[in-house]
Amino acid sequence: MMKRLFFALAAAVTLALPARAAVEITELTSPGGIDAWLAEDHSLPFTAIEIRFRGGAALDPDGAEGAVHLMTALLEEGSNGMDAQGFAATLEGLGARLDFDSSHDTVAVSARFLTENRGESAELLRAALTEPSFAPVAVERVRGQVLSGLRSDARDPNAIASRRFAELAFGDHPYATPAEGTMESVADLSRDDLIAAHEAALARDRVYVSAVGDITPDALGALIDSVLGELPTTGAPMPEPADIGLTGGLTVVPFEGPQSVVTFGHKGIARDDPDFMTAYLMIEVLGGGRFGTRLMHDLREERGLTYGVRSYLVPRDLASTIRGGFSSRNEYVAQAIGLVREEWARMAEEGLTEQELDEVKTYMTGAYPLRFDGNAQIARIMVGMQLDDMPVSYIEERNDMVRDVTLDDIRRVAQRLLDPEGLHFVVVGQPEGMEPGG
Amino acid sequence: MNRLAATLVALIALAALPLRAEPVTGYTLDNGLEIVVIEDHRAPIAVHMVWYRSGAADAPPGRSGIAHLLEHLMFKGTETRAPGEFSDIVEANGGSDNAFTSQDFTGYFQRVAADRLELMMELEADRMANLDFSEQDWRTERDVILEERAQRVDSRPGAIMGERMRAALYLNHPYGTPIIGWRHEIAALSGDDATEFYSRHYAPNNAVLIVAGDVDPEEVRAMAERHYGPIPAAPDVTPRTRPQEPPHLSERRVSYIDPRVGQPYVMRMQLAPARRPGDQAEAAALTVLAELLGGSPFTSVLAEALQFDREIALQVAAGYNGMRVDDATFTLGVVPLPGVSHDEAEAALDAALADFLDTGIDLERFERIKTDIRASQIYARDDMRERARRYGTALTSGLTVADVRAWPEALDAVTREEVMAAARALLENGHGVTGRLVAPADEQNGDGENS
Repeated sequence: MMKRLFFALAAAVTLALPARAAVEITELTSPGGIDAWLAEDHSLPFTAIEIRFRGGAALDPDGAEGAVHLMTALLEEGSNGMDAQGFAATLEGLGARLDFDSSHDTVAVSARFLTENRGESAELLRAALTEPSFAPVAVERVRGQVLSGLRSDARDPNAIASRRFAELAFGDHPYATPAEGTMESVADLSRDDLIAAHEAALARDRVYVSAVGDITPDALGALIDSVLGELPTTGAPMPEPADIGLTGGLTVVPFEGPQSVVTFGHKGIARDDPDFMTAYLMIEVLGGGRFGTRLMHDLREERGLTYGVRSYLVPRDLASTIRGGFSSRNEYVAQAIGLVREEWARMAEEGLTEQELDEVKTYMTGAYPLRFDGNAQIARIMVGMQLDDMPVSYIEERNDMVRDVTLDDIRRVAQRLLDPEGLHFVVVGQPEGMEPGG
Repeated sequence: MNRLAATLVALIALAALPLRAEPVTGYTLDNGLEIVVIEDHRAPIAVHMVWYRSGAADAPPGRSGIAHLLEHLMFKGTETRAPGEFSDIVEANGGSDNAFTSQDFTGYFQRVAADRLELMMELEADRMANLDFSEQDWRTERDVILEERAQRVDSRPGAIMGERMRAALYLNHPYGTPIIGWRHEIAALSGDDATEFYSRHYAPNNAVLIVAGDVDPEEVRAMAERHYGPIPAAPDVTPRTRPQEPPHLSERRVSYIDPRVGQPYVMRMQLAPARRPGDQAEAAALTVLAELLGGSPFTSVLAEALQFDREIALQVAAGYNGMRVDDATFTLGVVPLPGVSHDEAEAALDAALADFLDTGIDLERFERIKTDIRASQIYARDDMRERARRYGTALTSGLTVADVRAWPEALDAVTREEVMAAARALLENGHGVTGRLVAPADEQNGDGENS
């Protein structure tokens, strides 16, 4: 009775056409030759701009791990004759927002500029990107902040788990080391290392730009040239892909606390693999971060073993994995891991039911247009698409790609990808009935 | 010189910036349900939220965590819908949904395509009146919450200390009890406790409906009449009167030592006035004060004093949120550099605050911060969910739509004199709690003592 009501609703909904992503993107090339995507929207008097440089912390040379991260953190610490405080005060006076961030794969810049003073705000961003001063006093202050973060991570079970997993998965590849570097490498970084990281990472041959908001194509083109035009044409060569050396098994890292933190995974699927969308649907049903997935049902809703459990694809430029994780009371961990393994095996053997496939398609096609909400958020999506080498038309085509996935596709891809035997679990805690090791 | 000139030009330009009023409509149904509609037609999306004027601080003594357990159980079915069906339907429509519990309110929200709004109302109205969960469900959810507590609090030394500090700060008011509840009290909660709390607090005359996005206020009203209108008001809903704080006459200190502490710090909390309907000036001054003291890691008073002029801190913080039914809190924090003890960090914090009270506020700094706050109001308009949240929090904390709309001007009208008056009231007369998060290695240096 209950179930029937639900299906009636679901069916009605499928017929009512879901909202379409209401974003019109203009592709443009600045007079200086830099490509960008723009979605104009003049309802709020500001523009959100996202800039990405491909190749982030993975560019760090041996022994200088953390150089790109520290360099990126120092971009807002003074340039063009301003010290850190002078730079921040000028930014505040303009009401502009600048955020700099780095990962293994990218250096990211997120900016929001008020229309009133966009030119002056852009000038600050230009100064930050092209002539950061790396003043010794600023280097030491920010180095101290990075080291403090690393010290905290060393006692944080989540960070310990991720780190151990990365070491097991990536061996001596840069992915094995945190993007922030290590206590030793960060302590040893010199100003020259930072200058080298700046030259290696911030170049025009690897830059992606998106903008959303109160700006015209011409104004954006001019802004891009003024901000990025002085950067070098080329940067460091991209690093080699990583071999994933992970084998199935269990690694226990003893850690005192009420719960164990568990992270698990194995080799995954690249973003440009033709089966990526199929894999995405499959992993969403298995453990997408919401109620009603197979893993949430087994571990939380049925048994109360955890507050939350997820599985997800991690497609990165140099290696891809399938990952998952949860936290659970020490006496429950063994049971919870057993259930994850069972679900992994069941999916590999059986794939999805028709009902599950229909439901996840309805969810994903309905949810997609809802992502396009807010200038800053849309700008992030657009620059992400460029990094993934997708055309503008992907926004229109994407839901059809979801609808085209068949049960056979899922079965084939689940068999290809999911390897219950190859699944490696890292457990940080005091799990009952499990031997420390690894 | 050049740079200063540019800054001044920018200040003048911004002051003249036309801040168009937000299109916001408010009305109340006959059964007491208050409705706020925030129009934003940029994307065909709607956010639908129901907020109850009941939170953790309204729990009966000994039943801490009941508001939060009920929040979990609201997803466990009604007389006509199975457990989990609510979220299933939302997801089948491409939407997302969740809920949150605070001391003063419990909120439920969905984000959907705008043409699915009415379905959300149907579902939310159903569980406002017809909640029905099984014994197995409340027992399992209680276990889930114990895991949630383990993950969010018991595994985090900073969260454990925060709990202890709030417990020490509030001598009499239930704000001193954690929202999620004390572990031993969560473990003793029952389905009957949840049902009782539900019957007492979940009714249209104790709720606020917020709809934001690509919607028409009149259509929203008609839909709300259809779905929420038939639910009768609950006669027992009365204004919240919780035990109030006596004057704080003494300092209190909390020291928490934990081997998992990676980065020790010092924190201070004290009571501060909350925003009051029609009377937000002092809260606005306190908001600007928090921004001045610790808002920027570069230019704030404490950053300048403890990170730049002296090498004491890795990081400083100041925080104030005035949206509270009863007394709010003002918080200060210092993360000391390696080799700097808690004593030194605390002394440097006190010295910096004393110096601030002596010297007052530099005009250029003040104008800069006002500009930055004005810009924040513009950027805030970019985030529909956050805007809806702002109204929901305000309306369940005793404020009105008019207060929310007046808030940007209240911030803008704050003078340096008002900020200094608020600072003096807070820092000269206030007695708060000072907490020290300590790693065992520091303790051996005599730093972990409960002095």
